[in-house]
Amino acid sequence: MPKSVKSPAPEPGRLTVRKTYKLYIGGKFPRSESGRTFVVDGDNVSLASRKDARDAVLAARAAQPKWAAATAYNRGQVLYRIAEMLEARRAEFTALGVSDSELSAAVDRWVWYAGWSDKIAQVAGGANPVAGPFFNISAPEPTGVVAVVAPGSLLGLVSVIAPAIVTGNTVVVLAAGPQIAISLAEVLATSDVPGGVVNLLTGRYAETAPWLAAHDDVNALDLTGVEHEELAAELERAAAGSLKRVIRPQAAIDFTADPGLRPMTALLETKTVWHPKGY
Amino acid sequence: MTVTASAGLSDLRSFLHGLPGVDKVGVEARAAALATRSIKTSSKAKAIDLAIRMVDLTTLEGADTPGKVRALCAKARRPDPADASCPPVAAICVYPAMVKVAAEALAGSGVHLASVATAFPSGQAPLEVKLADTRDAVAAGADEIDMVISRGAFLAGDYRHVFDEIVAVKEACGGAHLKVILETGELGTYDNIRRASWLAMLAGADFIKTSTGKVAVNATLPITLVMLEAVRDFRERHGRIIGVKPAGGIKTTKDAIKYLVLINETVGDEWLDPDRFRFGASSLLNDLLMQRTKLTTGHYAGPDYFTLD
Amino acid sequence: MFEYAPAPESRSVVDIAGSYGLFIDGEFDGGKDGNVLKTVNPATEEVLAEISVAGPEDIDRAVAAARRAFGTWSALPGAERAKYLFRIARIIQERSRELAVLESLDNGKPIRESRDVDLPLVAAHFFYYAGWADKLAYAGFGPDPKPLGVAGQVIPWNFPLLMLAWKIAPALATGNTVVLKPAETTPLSALFFADVCRQAELPPGVVNIVTGAGDTGAYLVEHPDVSKVAFTGSTEVGREIARSVAGTGKRLTLELGGKAANIVFDDAPIDQAVEGIVNGIFFNQGHVCCAGSRLLVQESIAEELLTSLKRRMATLRVGDPLDKNTDIGAINSAAQLARIKELSDIGAAEGAERWSPECPLPDRGFWFAPTIFTGVTQAHRIAREEIFGPVLSVLTFRTPDEAVAKANNTPYGLSAGIWTEKGSRILAVADKLRAGVVWANTFNKFDPASPFGGYKESGYGREGGRHGLEAYLA
Repeated sequence: MPKSVKSPAPEPGRLTVRKTYKLYIGGKFPRSESGRTFVVDGDNVSLASRKDARDAVLAARAAQPKWAAATAYNRGQVLYRIAEMLEARRAEFTALGVSDSELSAAVDRWVWYAGWSDKIAQVAGGANPVAGPFFNISAPEPTGVVAVVAPGSLLGLVSVIAPAIVTGNTVVVLAAGPQIAISLAEVLATSDVPGGVVNLLTGRYAETAPWLAAHDDVNALDLTGVEHEELAAELERAAAGSLKRVIRPQAAIDFTADPGLRPMTALLETKTVWHPKGY
Repeated sequence: MTVTASAGLSDLRSFLHGLPGVDKVGVEARAAALATRSIKTSSKAKAIDLAIRMVDLTTLEGADTPGKVRALCAKARRPDPADASCPPVAAICVYPAMVKVAAEALAGSGVHLASVATAFPSGQAPLEVKLADTRDAVAAGADEIDMVISRGAFLAGDYRHVFDEIVAVKEACGGAHLKVILETGELGTYDNIRRASWLAMLAGADFIKTSTGKVAVNATLPITLVMLEAVRDFRERHGRIIGVKPAGGIKTTKDAIKYLVLINETVGDEWLDPDRFRFGASSLLNDLLMQRTKLTTGHYAGPDYFTLD
Repeated sequence: MFEYAPAPESRSVVDIAGSYGLFIDGEFDGGKDGNVLKTVNPATEEVLAEISVAGPEDIDRAVAAARRAFGTWSALPGAERAKYLFRIARIIQERSRELAVLESLDNGKPIRESRDVDLPLVAAHFFYYAGWADKLAYAGFGPDPKPLGVAGQVIPWNFPLLMLAWKIAPALATGNTVVLKPAETTPLSALFFADVCRQAELPPGVVNIVTGAGDTGAYLVEHPDVSKVAFTGSTEVGREIARSVAGTGKRLTLELGGKAANIVFDDAPIDQAVEGIVNGIFFNQGHVCCAGSRLLVQESIAEELLTSLKRRMATLRVGDPLDKNTDIGAINSAAQLARIKELSDIGAAEGAERWSPECPLPDRGFWFAPTIFTGVTQAHRIAREEIFGPVLSVLTFRTPDEAVAKANNTPYGLSAGIWTEKGSRILAVADKLRAGVVWANTFNKFDPASPFGGYKESGYGREGGRHGLEAYLA
């Protein structure tokens, strides 16, 4: 793709200042510890290494308890803020080739999930009428740290990140389409999302994903963005080592459709509490 | 009930476990609500001067030297050299090795001299060592002793051990006032904080103090609230007024005023007195001085205008 | 004593006009017959503004506007309705200090409460129901639930803007349009809300605000083109509305009075229980339908608890609602003050022992000192009738069964409180209480995600939570 897409009509006589695309780990934008970059559409983009993946998991793990302990209302507010900031930065994504309708859908997707934060427990949990003098209630809880091998489009990216974090998980995202992904990271970084809740790595799936799939401190693995069947199977096998929850869509996903509850419930644990009743 | 020194372990245990529980959410909500009080103008000026008079100006570092301690004593006597109306602090708080230096520097000032003792901060030493530590500090001139309880023994349920230690240290203090540090950040629950408060008071503490300042969680408003409720109830039952000293983490005037509000609305003005309430703090003093200056000059002050020590 | 200097919240953040019209079809206009009423600041008796009184013709216009708007509003995709509600929520957040001051001026409640309780809950309520607008298929009321039409909503004066939020947010999220009548003594925040709707560019007619007194409310409730009636207020008026709606096929929800028991067992966390009792009855001057107005305390700790309670009550700060340190503000109206005085006098005449802390009250305005009655029995009128003021009746009990029996011995059934450190007791007692909301080791807690509403004569239907959608869905 020609560079001109990103640098529309510079003023004559003035050279535009380009953006450097770095990783997003723990709320900061570091370069890869490996010092490597790869070229995408003429930009040098950080090429994440296994150690970057390790650092990202550490950051996600460190952020997870506090994010999960935030009130559902608070998490909803943060997600809504992301929608506001994404809407405000439309031009940036348009310049990266994202269509108006996809942008709108991506903004609305954040709004949709923002609303789920304080409702998913009311739909996915509830009182259980056990036979005995017991109070018994089931409530969903986040599974923990989720590694996401993400699809390349903006809407695809939002559609895998939002359902994971809205319930209190934190994520390490391997992203294709690095410019869009890092621009989204910049939206997140300015949207009250605590550092470490979303960590974004750009690089090669085949190189980095296996390290995440086998990482013992990762609780779930979302393979939505893996197109290569063999790689997906290999990653699933690696995930089995620590019995990670794995999301592996069996058919191509239409990201414009109502996502339903599955993207959230697949990354939730159900906890049931019993308590006797009696004077 | 009265627990005498001869009371058995089971009496002490059943008494402490019979105290009303503390609901965490409720006590924290109450403390947070009181923290929204808005203290302005004339009340703020009074509160600042009172808070200065309640400061136990503290240095408890391995790197403390006679020079450092002398400088701190000078600051304690006259916190704001530019303003003679600024009151002195309540006390200096130092390690036993520094008591002699501090005693000389404070002579005739009316500023009390507190020393941590009893194998501060861990308390992990034989009783004899703790008592010697205490006697030495008193002999060197300390008129207040800040002891630590054996948290290990408390958490293991060996209340008798903790009780006896406090009794022994109190005796070793002679005429010096005894502050008992509960190290609330290590006790885990508000219920334990209430129990430890009562244990210390029953054993003869003159003050109960939250923290050493050396662990992750130091003084907080709800912890201090629970301790204030304990001294209030103890006074009602036994007629003796015990002081309270939150220590560690209180750095700003805003923080300090929240504590004064807490006292005012839970135990009342009898505790609004340096003999009954202290702040264990070091950096707090300069913020109090800055806010004090802001009130008198009408503009904001900067840290360069106040002495470092 | 550590005296707090006055710390008044600035009144300049709110700009009140001299007079207000009705908000119909997106525009403010005067009522057709030109009648007005005055709304006053109950803390000073100062007139704040003149308000139009909506007559039958005005109600016709408002309902017609809502009916016209219903077609397009209900046909909007839920996600689009959601975004309007999110906008409203955000604007309320951004204007919350202004609205809090306004609410305190018009209602008399302390700024600490309007700022820290009312306004945050108002915004949160709109956020919560905004999120439901595009998720109705997941709410458990069928795959494609439909709105009802025009909702006629009548709200009380105790939490003016919060009650508005409870009514309007679920109605709009589900695709209904509304005509809402605020209470005659507290109309201002609803009129400011009309301005919020305009700022949010909400389509005209989706929200209409009609002001007036009881007659205006009756016209609205009885209007034939209103499909759904929602009322919060007294049980007496609720009964009238239920009669007038009977046979019309209109859907009806009622959130009415209460006489909640706050039950304290001998193993309660005492200091927190005292806070809960104080919060239960003195929050919002006791103008709370779910107030814990009957304290049921286990006899074995009654004396100790009352000592603590009195000591705590002595620290309550009564006075200027705009002072940030005020705990108890003004009684909302002269009429309400008279009612509180009357029932309190009856309590004393019937032999209960009355106690209030030393408590200087301002000369102007409507004030009532926090009061407790001890030695109250089930036979006393102050144990049976809703006082709706800062007056607590104290009764004792011996066993859990007796506590439950006394708690349930009332035609009301809105809320109850339980204080004990024993979990199994909480759950067992909660099971037996005939009340719609049971708070354990806390009191007067509200959240948009949590349903609220009563048993028996405290009304029917639930507001808040997923359950709150049901009242607005076919």
